[in-house]
Amino acid sequence: MAETIAFWSLAVVLVGSALAVVLSRNLFHSVLWLALALTGTAGVFLLLEAEFLAAVQLLLYAGGVVTIVVFAIVVTERLVGERITQTNRRITAGAVVALAFVAFVVDFISQQPLAATRPPLTSDLTRTLGESVLTRFVLPFELLGVLMLAAMLGAVYFARPED
Amino acid sequence: MGLQAYLTLAAVVFGIGLFGVVTRRNTIGILLGIELMMNAVNINLVAFARFSGSEIGMIFTVFAICITVAEAAMGLAIVILLFRTRRTVMADHLDLLKG
Repeated sequence: MAETIAFWSLAVVLVGSALAVVLSRNLFHSVLWLALALTGTAGVFLLLEAEFLAAVQLLLYAGGVVTIVVFAIVVTERLVGERITQTNRRITAGAVVALAFVAFVVDFISQQPLAATRPPLTSDLTRTLGESVLTRFVLPFELLGVLMLAAMLGAVYFARPED
Repeated sequence: MGLQAYLTLAAVVFGIGLFGVVTRRNTIGILLGIELMMNAVNINLVAFARFSGSEIGMIFTVFAICITVAEAAMGLAIVILLFRTRRTVMADHLDLLKG
């Protein structure tokens, strides 16, 4: 019962803030709504008993991504002195595409035999993740390190001072 | 709540993100829509891993989150570079490749 209430309140927060992200006229407000949506997702992870992923979500997404988006807005909008407003175009066509997609996926999901209950956790999830990332998944983990380094170097290269 | 509820919630958030990507005129707004879509995918990955009984699947969420952060950093770097060369971040004005 408690899980049902938590799920529906999280769903309302998540869908409401997601709608605000795509409909808000002020770009800065959009980013703040995105921070709420990402925090709501961390709540969904908690509901699924993935505490470690909820912490990663808060640190990397709500902390990291939101910060760099705010930096990008400050750099690109404030310098030209324009108001940070934004508009949508072709709202009807976009809504039709998105609604058709959601209807298709929801219809597909409802026809599948999906588990209604989850099995109990057999071990400490964080420990399992930590052990597997350094044993079975060590190669993807190292590749991820290379990817992060490449992304960091690329971002620094793109944002270098003009010469 | 069953697996179906989580998948439906993720599908709705993905659809909202898709709407944002299709309709936003500001490049940063489009990137925010992409973030929403990536987020919905992460909910799916965690839900499937939790309900399948083998929690090892959540490792993909860790990878997906890291890749998304790299994608966001690169995307915003490209936006800043575009702004520097074209003085605009409106997607409608970035039509250099249009024949």
